[in-house]
Amino acid sequence: MKTENQKAWFFVLPVLVLVAFNALIPMMTVVNYSVQETFGDNLFFWEGLTWFEQILTSERFHAALGRQFLFTFLILVIEVPLGIAIALSMPRQGPWVPVCLVLMALPMLIPWNVVGAMWNIFALPDIGLLGYTLNHVLGINYDMTQDPLAAWVTIITMDVWHWTSLVVLLSYAGLVSIPDAYYQAAKIDGASNWSVFRYIQLPKMKNVLTIAILLRFMDSFNVYTEPFVLTGGGPGNSTTLLSIDLVKIALGQFDLGPAAAMSLIYFSITLFVSWLFYTLMTKDDLN
Amino acid sequence: MALVLNKITKVVRGETHIKPTSLTLETGHFNVLLGETGSGKTSLIKMMAGLDPIASGTLEMDGADVTGLTTQKRKISLVHQFFVNYPHMTVYDNIASPLRVAGMAKSEIDGRVQEAADILKLGPMLKRRPHELSGGQQQRCALARAIAKDSQAVFLDEPLANLDYKLREELRELLPELFAGRQAVVVYATSEPEEALLLGGMTALMMDGSVAQFGKTAEIYRAPSTLTAAQVFSDPPINDAPVRKEGETLVMGDIRWPAIGGASGLSDGDYTVAVRPHFILPAATDAATVPLSGRVSVTELSGSESSAHFDLHGRGWVSLSHGTHPYRVGEDHTFYMDASACLYFAPDGSRAA
Repeated sequence: MKTENQKAWFFVLPVLVLVAFNALIPMMTVVNYSVQETFGDNLFFWEGLTWFEQILTSERFHAALGRQFLFTFLILVIEVPLGIAIALSMPRQGPWVPVCLVLMALPMLIPWNVVGAMWNIFALPDIGLLGYTLNHVLGINYDMTQDPLAAWVTIITMDVWHWTSLVVLLSYAGLVSIPDAYYQAAKIDGASNWSVFRYIQLPKMKNVLTIAILLRFMDSFNVYTEPFVLTGGGPGNSTTLLSIDLVKIALGQFDLGPAAAMSLIYFSITLFVSWLFYTLMTKDDLN
Repeated sequence: MALVLNKITKVVRGETHIKPTSLTLETGHFNVLLGETGSGKTSLIKMMAGLDPIASGTLEMDGADVTGLTTQKRKISLVHQFFVNYPHMTVYDNIASPLRVAGMAKSEIDGRVQEAADILKLGPMLKRRPHELSGGQQQRCALARAIAKDSQAVFLDEPLANLDYKLREELRELLPELFAGRQAVVVYATSEPEEALLLGGMTALMMDGSVAQFGKTAEIYRAPSTLTAAQVFSDPPINDAPVRKEGETLVMGDIRWPAIGGASGLSDGDYTVAVRPHFILPAATDAATVPLSGRVSVTELSGSESSAHFDLHGRGWVSLSHGTHPYRVGEDHTFYMDASACLYFAPDGSRAA
């Protein structure tokens, strides 16, 4: 009996439509913009790779890209070890487990623009709790609207506050999946706490950490809302990250061609670095 | 060298798990902890290994008090019922890990790992990871890790329980060779009386968190000091029933037999008689002369042996004998008991004869 037919395509169709409208069509529109000059009245003129050349050679782009890498590097260097350390010090059983988990999850439940607004007010030198305390109680000169260093410290601290929990929760999930027997075996082998961490906990956390680092890389590399609400990219351009600059070009200056070209370059970098991270971190498993 | 337990106890949240226990475990033979699940074997091992705290009493190793010492500072090895190996390390690294932690020289580590791997036939698998091994190989790897290290005590907590029959036999035969000539106290926990008999050495019978009897394995099998000890050390379960001594005769309901051997010295009164199933036979012999009639409820044939469960005055008794026998379930059958193999216990459970 022959049961072969083409019905299966109907089941795939919704996904194809979804992906098309969600990703393919917007992406092709961007590609379209990136190779043309656009005028009002929907007039388009072919420009080839002009915008790509312009972006890749622009100092403004280089500076924003540099700031973007610095931002992502700093938050990864702080959040990953800090997240692991917090996860290690959390109780693994008992009544405090749910309390800790809820406390950890709280920052992640707050909308991004609210986080930005909260920290903005928190850091204001005259009325914010943090800003006022630093300036008027501790006597430290701190003003993120004037001082680039202060602005950087504030956006990094804000991101650490908002997102370390993600690393904590994923690491914690990895930790609790380790059976007691391994800890006992390690004790019997005479292993120190460091060896237990290095040879038992870290390898067991590796998979979830790979995901955590990947997520934190992608999210921080594409971050927009929080630093934009907090500093607006200032003072000057000191905290203008790639996404903030992109929005300025696209919606501020309405340079759609260069903005589209920049989007594609931006996207390629994110994709390439993510691929690199993932390949490097899962290399051992393939051997 | 000896491991001396001096009235040690374990208390968890006010509840006593191990009652005061004193034992002297020595090198040169297996020290078997025999008892059912929950009898306290693992608890005792965990205390000796320092994984669980000792509530009171002291523990001495080679003459030194180690009661308060952390696990890391005790020179011990432990093999679990579950195959515990570090999953991301090769077999070689697994065996070498305790030696590396101890800071041993590379060449010596290599020698020891090779030696342990040779004995346990792991030579060709040294470069593999544990998940690429079969269950038997994983447990051999865990055993190799335990013997590669210079331990004063090696604890084996039902190491063969999770292996299938053939592998269990194979590995059990290897065990005496593994520990021969080693200056380590070997403690072996098992729930199978047969395994204790095969391993020999000394046996501590464990029951409800305390040691019911401790002595040479064969001796305590032959001469259990209490009814409890006899019950723990018997598989299938030992048969027991109330019995009364009247003059030169023992009376169990309508069954009577003459008091012979040690029983002749018993004073008149109430006792409990206990007989191992292989002294209850389906037909009379020179030794088995006391007829016991009962309704057969279950019969089992295991290879060369057959067993029959039958009802004797409302108690379930078991007969175990060689060969096959035409029992009929639901019908009466007359079994014959060897009166000279009967053990008698006083009402308080202590051995009378």
